[in-house]
Parts: sequence; C-alpha cells; structure tokens
Amino acid sequence: MSAQVTTVAVPGTKRSRSLSGLRGTGVAGMMSAAVIALATIAAVFGPLLAPFNPDLPNLSLAWVGPVGGHLLGYDFQGRDVLSRLLAGAQSSMLGPLAVVILSMAAGAVLAVVAAWRRGAADAVISSGLDILFAFPGILLAVLATAIFGAGLTAAAIALSIAYMPYVARVLRGVALRERSQPYVAALEVQGSSATTICLRHIIPNMLPLIVAQATIMFGWAMVDLAAISFLGLGVQPPAPNWGVMISENQTGILQGYPLPALSAGVCIVAVVIAFNILGERLFEQAQEARR
Amino acid sequence: MSAPLLQVDGLTVRLEVRGERRPVLRDVALTVREGEALGLVGESGSGKSMTARAIDRLLPRGAEVDGSIRFDGRDVHALSGADLRRYRNQVAMIFQDPRAHVNPVRRIGDYMTEALRTNLGTPAAAAANRASDMLSQVGIDGGARRLRQYPHELSGGMLQRVMIAAALLTEPRLLLADEPTTALDVTTQAEVMAILDGLRREFGLAMLFITHDLELAAAICDRTAVMYAGQIVEVRESGRLHDDPLHPYTAALAAARPDITRAAGRLRAIPGRPLSAFEAPPGECAFAPRCPHAQDACRAGVPPLSELDGGLSRCVRAHELRGKLGEPANA
Amino acid sequence: MPDSDRADVLEVTSLRKEFGDLVAVDDVSFRVPEAGSLAIVGESGSGKTTIARMIVGLERPSGGSISACGQDRSRPARSLADRRRRGREVQIVFQDPYTSLDPRQTAEGAIDEVLRLHHGWPADRRRARVAELTGLVGLDERQSRALPRALSGGQRQRVAIARALAAQPQILILDESVAALDVSIQAQVLNLLADIRDETGVSYILISHDLAVVRQLTDTTIVLRRGQVVEHGPTGQVLDDPQHAYTRLLRDCVPRPGWKPTRQLAQASAEQSTADKEAPRE
Repeated sequence: MSAQVTTVAVPGTKRSRSLSGLRGTGVAGMMSAAVIALATIAAVFGPLLAPFNPDLPNLSLAWVGPVGGHLLGYDFQGRDVLSRLLAGAQSSMLGPLAVVILSMAAGAVLAVVAAWRRGAADAVISSGLDILFAFPGILLAVLATAIFGAGLTAAAIALSIAYMPYVARVLRGVALRERSQPYVAALEVQGSSATTICLRHIIPNMLPLIVAQATIMFGWAMVDLAAISFLGLGVQPPAPNWGVMISENQTGILQGYPLPALSAGVCIVAVVIAFNILGERLFEQAQEARR
Repeated sequence: MSAPLLQVDGLTVRLEVRGERRPVLRDVALTVREGEALGLVGESGSGKSMTARAIDRLLPRGAEVDGSIRFDGRDVHALSGADLRRYRNQVAMIFQDPRAHVNPVRRIGDYMTEALRTNLGTPAAAAANRASDMLSQVGIDGGARRLRQYPHELSGGMLQRVMIAAALLTEPRLLLADEPTTALDVTTQAEVMAILDGLRREFGLAMLFITHDLELAAAICDRTAVMYAGQIVEVRESGRLHDDPLHPYTAALAAARPDITRAAGRLRAIPGRPLSAFEAPPGECAFAPRCPHAQDACRAGVPPLSELDGGLSRCVRAHELRGKLGEPANA
Repeated sequence: MPDSDRADVLEVTSLRKEFGDLVAVDDVSFRVPEAGSLAIVGESGSGKTTIARMIVGLERPSGGSISACGQDRSRPARSLADRRRRGREVQIVFQDPYTSLDPRQTAEGAIDEVLRLHHGWPADRRRARVAELTGLVGLDERQSRALPRALSGGQRQRVAIARALAAQPQILILDESVAALDVSIQAQVLNLLADIRDETGVSYILISHDLAVVRQLTDTTIVLRRGQVVEHGPTGQVLDDPQHAYTRLLRDCVPRPGWKPTRQLAQASAEQSTADKEAPRE
C-alpha cells in the first residue's frame, strides 16, 4: 500500500469573514463604519466644529473659491461651505434616524404580532401592509407637506409610514421562523405569556437582522429625505441641510462654481454608500450566524 | 484477485473552520471491489460523510487533501474536464434528504435525464424512455406521468427512489449512498433497501453504504468498516461483525443499542461522547479515553490499521481481546 | 403493582383531530398510570405527534376528552394562570436538540426562567434548584453555564429534559426525544430517563418509531396507523407476539443481526400503503 503524499488544495478563496462583530465585516465594512462615525461626530458637534459662521450671509463673497482657511469656498450667499456642511450634518442625519426608528418600531411590532397570532390576524395585517405598499414614499411625503406644511417632521413621518410595510414584510418572515421553533413551543407549554415570549425570546433572536435592516434603511431614508429637501418640501432654507444645499447651489454648477453643490452631494453619497455597505455586511453576518 | 475498483490510501483531509486548519479525516484507507458492497458506519464526527465527499470530489473550498483515491487505477483528484465528467458518470451519489438535493422548480423528468443528456449526449426521447424504465425498476409506475411531476408531488420515500433511479441511469460502477434511508419511516426504509439491494446485484454495482446504523449496514453489505474520530478503526466481514468484533468501539457500539427482544436493566452506554478528528487526543488511540480496555500501550502512539483474521483493526490489543469484547471490561 | 391498581395520571378518551378534510387522529383512547410509561408507536402520518401536541395544549382537539391529574384539559386554558398550572402537570421534550433551546440562553438561564414562571422563590433558592436539576441530568458546571452552541446534541437534550422537569410535572412527553442522538449518546440518555423515573416517579409518554427504544423504556404500547389505534398492550407482548398485521410489519422491518431486506418484505409494506390509500376513511 503506497501512501502518496500529494497535498492537493481544493481551489477556492480563504474565508476571512469568519469573525463576528465589526471586525467580521471586513475592510470595506470597517471603512464604512469609519465614515458613519465621522458623519455622526459632525451631526453631534457640527455647529461647534464649524470654523466659520454657517448662517451669516455676505453676498459680496458669493461663489468665491477655496481661499484663506475656507477649504471648500463660499456658497451662493457668501457663507462658508464647510461650516454649512458641518452644521447641516445634524438635520441631514437626524431625519433618517427618526424615520428608521419609527418605521422599524412599527414594522417590528406588526411583524411579531402577525407572526405570533398567525391565521386571521396575520391575513388582516398582511393585507393592510399590502395596501400601504402601494404608496411610494416621496408621494406620501409630498401629500404630508401639502396638508401639514413643509418641514422635516411631516416628511419624516410620511416616510416612516411608507417604509413600515417593507420592514414588516422582511421581519415577518424571520419572526414566523422563530415562532415555529420548538423552544417557543416549550415556553408556551410552560405557560409563559405571549408578550414575554415575544419580547424576551423572539425579538432578541431577530436582532442581528433588525440591525442589518435598519442600517441599510438609513441610507435609503437619507436619499429620500435629501430629495424631499431638495424639492423644497423638507427642511426649509436658510437652515443648513445637505439636500437643501444642493438645491440652493445648483445654479452654481452651470456657472462654473460646482463646489458648494457637489460637496453637499458627495457627503450624502458617501454616507449612503457607507450605510449600504455596512448594512449588507451585517446582513451577511446575520445569515451566517443562522447557520 | 483483480485490482479493486476503488482504492483509498492514507486519505487525510483538513478543513478551514473559523480561521483554523482542522483535520476531519486521518489516514483513511479502504477498498471496494467491483460489485461489492462496503458499509461505512460511524457516529457524529466520525468522518463517514466526508469520506464519501472526498471520493466524489465534493469537498468544500479550501480543503487540503493528502493521500490517494484511485478509481480503476486512476487518481481521482488529478482528474479534470472531460475525464472528471466521465468519472462522475461512473460514480453516482445519493444523499440523505432527497428534497434538499432535487431542484423543486424542475420536473422529475428533467432532473433524471439531465446527466444523460448533457454528459452522455443522449437524445431527449431516448433519455426519457430510459428514465421511465428505471422508475419502474425502483417500483414507481406510470413512468411518463411521473416524469412530468414536480418533486413536491411525491412523498419522501418516493423521491428517494427517484434519486436512486436517477443515479443508476448513467450506469455507474460505484454507488455512494450517504445515509439514504435515515430520514425515512422504517417500513419505507425496508422497501428502499430491498430495491437498492436488488438493483445493485442485478447491475453488478459496487456500493459504499454510509450509515449510523450498524445492523442496517451489516444486513446489506458484504463487508463493514467502522469509523471513529476521522479514522477507520475496523473492517470486517459483515456476518462476523456482531459476534466477533475486532475493535472495542465496534463492540461498544453494538452493546449500546437497545434490544427489541428484551429490555436491559441498564444499557451499556459508552462514557463521554464521540469525538471528531480534531478533538481526538494526538499521538494515541482516539478511543482510548472512552475505552474500557485501554492500557498504557494504547496511549503510546496512534495505532496502525493491521490485519487480523481476514479483517482490519486499529486496536493494539485486538489479538488478545478477541472473544472477550462482548463482555464487560476486565480490570 | 399492576397498572389497573394505580391511579391514572392521564386519561385520553375518543380523541379526535381533524385538519379540514384530513382526519389526523381518529377515536384514540388510552390511559397512563402513576409512574407508568406508555409508548405511542407509529410512522409519519400516524397522528402520534398531533396527539402529543393536543395533550400539552399546542393543538385543540376536535373531539373526545383529555384529563391529566384529574383535571380536564380538552378545551384550551382559560387564563394564563390556568396554563401555568397545566404546565406543572404535563411537560414535553422535543426531538430536535438544535432548536429546542433559545440560542441566546444558557442552560441555567433557561431552567431559571421556568422556575420564576411557576414559583415566587428568592434567587438563592432558585439557584439551588437549578443546580439540583442540572446535577440530575448529568450536566457539569461548565455545561450549565454554556450557550447551546457550545453544547453537543446529547447535552442539549439533557438541558431540555432538565427544563421540562423544572416545573415538576407528573407526566413527561418524550416526542422522539432520543431519535436525533448518536447511538452511544442515546444509550446514556435512555439510562438517564430510566433513573429519573425511578427517582421522581414521573410518568412517561414516549412517542417513537424506534421499537428497540420502546422496548427499553416503556411498560405499555399503543400502535397507531393513520390516526387509529391498531394494537395496544404490554410492550413485551406487543413486540413479541403482535396481533395486528401492521405491528408485525413494523417489527419485521427493524434491522437486526441476520436481518435482510427482502423483496417480500418490501411487497408487504407496499401492500399496506396501497390498502391505506384505497380504504375509505370514515
């Protein structure tokens, strides 16, 4: 019996994403997290970090390029672009945050209730969600601002209502799977109440997916809210906000002064991409953890 | 004696798990002759499924394979392209859960004739006829109608028969059966086993039958190999395995099973739990920590697989323990 | 003491369950005495799991009655307190060790949760009882503190058994609880179950398709086929001298030394299946 020692490596790539937590999301994931962290710091400390006054107009300095400490130049009203970006981070990040919190909370509750009760309750909830699905977010936001007046609050609430059925759909699937696990049945047989089981067992086991979903949605909400503000229906000028800044400074692009509008656009795009990448990585992690 | 159809020597496989390289198979050696049925029995972590995968080149990405697997004299791992496809026609595999291995959105007929049409170039009509014939051989009537059905229209037992029929269509010479009846009811299992056994003899197929059920393997296989912690620990003629085992693990496994004819006061359970290859203590007999007959010699080094009375055993004390393995251990 | 002299802890009478047109359980009756052990044997579609689910209240009977520890439980529990009381009468251990435990809870946590549900005990008394239970099922300290993913199948089943026993039920339903375990581990758990029954006097209802396990663990057996009882009696008698053709078939299909799956056996099995399909269901 000859034992030929020929080491044959089956071709394939090494799986480096075997760690859990943030490090497990890989280089792209960690870089995205860094971008998000920067944006968060700007959102919290923006006004304090701004080198110049973001609100004081000085028309004689309109459209002046980067010079003397003004790294990104002046906008159409002679205000420092960088300072406005930093100050605007707050409303630009807070809006999506509110949307995510509201839609995820409402969606999660509906999903768990539908999954727990199953049968008729599930059918009713699912049909209701299907109806809500028919309304695109932006249209609902336009409707809301028409009724309640322009502003971030109305837009954010409208968007939350629009996103909620999507969240509920996704979470319902996971909730159904958890609900049909034997450990839930074991708790029911013990006499544990439905609320206890849902809060202490089902939802915690859905958390990885909830976090992943919330992260991705933040990006979408940011784009939608920026668009709404761009249209003049969300945050109103002269308040600093990235979407508003694109709108206010758009004439500058054609006139040869692209920096103010584009830099606001880059901020939005960078943060949205970061949330998308991180969200997808977290999603993958959640799937892997399931196995 | 002609050369064996399948010859595995010194097969050692390491997989990457969570960043670490772990052995799952250690120095596995077995032979299957033309037309012979070899049973491969083991518990969790024994490596029995992994052995079949290595033979069928279905190992996960990044696996490291040492040793040789020779089919009809050719090194299996050196095959590629057309040779590899030919190999896959000659070695068929059937799995435990048919639903997980059959595409639910395609018809049975498509599933069954795929290999014939793509690998062997058989025209569709001829392939369908052969599939129909094979279905009746496995006890499923109404061939043409069945071919148009979808997997969800068939029960687990019927789907398993379909999988067997599909595997036999390419006229393989070796069948790898990975726990094909574990998920079936006991009556369905008996039916499927009878069909498998009958077809095997009729077509002169060799078979590697993997199971956790020692009695089942012994019933339909000519020889049975027992695996523990990624190693072969015994190979024996099936008829003699129960009464005259050559390794304490085999004896312990048989003794741990409850008896349908009587209730034992207490079952002879093996202490501890079955280990995987990477958990086994290095440099000694993997079973020693749980073995009632272990002595210092057992911990001196990894015991080699040696011949004894027509069989193979990895126990250094096999010779002196013969005939005594059925009884409780002596001090 | 013969079965008839002992009080019954469970009495099931003319139990029936329909799912739409399908009659899953049809006129099933049996009793389980105190510290007794009953096997419900059947293959898939026999209704055995449905019966278990009805007894623990996960499914509602379409007809007939179930009475445990002298209390009727044919209708769903009226209140949470009622459900908890029933949980102290009958408990269940499921088949799959991998999904029977909350993946985020340690063994100690899972058992403690059950104790808090049923008793208003202070923390140290609960701790002591948790230690008692984990000791009873043979788990060491490391295993009690571990999350399920760090435990093997057999260890997880032990946790599931300990959790089920925490409520001190009179009846423990074992729904194929050892079927997914390795042979050597199965033997350990079967011995453990026998010990627990000796020590605590709990009654078992073992749902199983494995006749050897049934022989080892139970005193009486009922054989189910397509929702109906086809045979019942002392386990030894049912397995050694089966009266019904189906029971004989089941026994003949069990692999054992010298067994061969013959075409005749396959034929008999196929004939049974055909007879099932052709027989009208009342």
